[in-house]
Amino acid sequence: MNDTAHAMPVEETNIDYDVEGYRRDFPILSEQVHGKPLVYLDSAASAQKPRQVIDAVRYVYEHEYANVHRGVHYMSEHATEAYEGARTKAQKFLNAKHAHEIIFTRNSTEAINLVAATYGRRFLEPGDEIIISIMEHHSNIVPWQMVRDEKGLVLKAVPVSDDGEFLIDEFKKLLTPKTKLVAITHTSNALGTVTPVAEITRLAHDVGAKVLIDGSQAVVHMPVDVDALDCDFYVFTGHKLYGPSGVGVLYGKEEILNAMPPFLGGGEMISRVTIEESTWAGLPNKFEAGTPMIAQAIGLGAAIDYVSEIGMERIAAHEQALLLYATQQLTSIPGLKIFGTAPGKAAVISFALGDAHPHDIATIIDRAGVACRAGHHCAQPLMDRMGVPAMTRASFGLYNTRADADALVEALEFTREFLG
Amino acid sequence: MLDDLRELYQEVILDHGKSPRNFRDVEDATSHAHGANPLCGDQLVVYLRVDEGGKIEDISFVGKGCAISVASASMMTELVQGKTVVEAKEMFRRFHEMCTRDDVVDDAGLLEDELEKLNVLSGVRAFPVRVKCATLPWHTMSAAIEGKDEASTEA
Repeated sequence: MNDTAHAMPVEETNIDYDVEGYRRDFPILSEQVHGKPLVYLDSAASAQKPRQVIDAVRYVYEHEYANVHRGVHYMSEHATEAYEGARTKAQKFLNAKHAHEIIFTRNSTEAINLVAATYGRRFLEPGDEIIISIMEHHSNIVPWQMVRDEKGLVLKAVPVSDDGEFLIDEFKKLLTPKTKLVAITHTSNALGTVTPVAEITRLAHDVGAKVLIDGSQAVVHMPVDVDALDCDFYVFTGHKLYGPSGVGVLYGKEEILNAMPPFLGGGEMISRVTIEESTWAGLPNKFEAGTPMIAQAIGLGAAIDYVSEIGMERIAAHEQALLLYATQQLTSIPGLKIFGTAPGKAAVISFALGDAHPHDIATIIDRAGVACRAGHHCAQPLMDRMGVPAMTRASFGLYNTRADADALVEALEFTREFLG
Repeated sequence: MLDDLRELYQEVILDHGKSPRNFRDVEDATSHAHGANPLCGDQLVVYLRVDEGGKIEDISFVGKGCAISVASASMMTELVQGKTVVEAKEMFRRFHEMCTRDDVVDDAGLLEDELEKLNVLSGVRAFPVRVKCATLPWHTMSAAIEGKDEASTEA
């Protein structure tokens, strides 16, 4: 937070935002942990599920389950309709032009691997350059290292400032005519930094590079419009968006997806198979070999409905107010240092508390019912950059309240005392 | 809540965690190994100087870790100093049991004093995800004894 933000009085959360009502949609939030009410501040790792999602998944299995795209019978038709309905919901959620530009994957990791393994193998040549950033999740680093090693590519990383800001000028310096792909996170999972993806995309396109944006941490905090961004690929995962685990989304521009070879071979992704050769199905089936995650995709559709009904702008406003409040409260704790203070960051606060190790902190506050993530957050290059092996992270979702932030502060005060 | 925590973070652990003993390298080490817990990013190196008869003349460690892993490493270096490598590995076996099982049978008084001292770390039993923190330094020592370069909690 900048100084102006610090000085501003924190206003009460908009009364228009019925956070208590939304909390009642999430059954797990009334659970007790070690005899204390659960204070869930780990939504960036995986978000909790509202009743609407749980019910949607149950409804599939109780009323409309069969394999999709295969049967001519009633159940298969209904399951297919629901599954394809989820695709349309994802299309609208991202404002993609066509539903068939939405490919269901297992998660963001698989979506990125799909692009690396198909686009990367087919279209990248030895000496071509890929640009990522130093604050990528391992899932947006390792697939590119793998294709780099296989194809003789060059992998470059954009640095960040001490505050965790994406250094756009450094990015410009790394761009060359050899840059063929830019793969950047939209929001850092460890620091909450929101990157200027529209500008990144424009600059990358100027040198003829394609752009993949990892939106795993972004779609949960803000409205995203892939058409306006003009990115070539956009990925996110369902379980961080209050949906089931086991389903993710790869958005790709139609003409690029059409040019790409298939990822996995098998059923559903073919047009015709003889023992000698096969021809591929059209989009999106070409990239969805085998029986897909039917109920999970339908559950993701329900999650998209849920957040859309509340409104991503309203969720963002609620979380930003909470971020400001939590930041102010946390900085009052002696010895607490926040990592990542880029302007406009998302509601994620990673911090150090004196010399205390994040694992000790997380274990101790857990006994007060407070769930935080401790570790390297699958972002070891960023940990190296910040000079720490690990951080403790509190991440906020649509259901978190000031009381949650207060409980965190109280638990940290106790931790400080306890560890002495 | 507090009882469990006090059991895990006993005074002696907090003391070793803050001021670890033998926190240095051994210049004339006969072997060393790197230990890593990929789940949390913690890393340490254990150095050993073992004489021809298999006696541990010096042992030390450096690295970063939580209070539990640093205390465990610190206590380990104190307790295996002067022991043979066979005794050190036996101590690890018994310590590992202590951290993971409630029903450990005492084996005929072997290494009794040492194990009694290590008992302060047995509070990790109530915190399954933290067992690896306590055992990582010992896995690393064991790797160094066996001439391996690396130890991992995920091996």
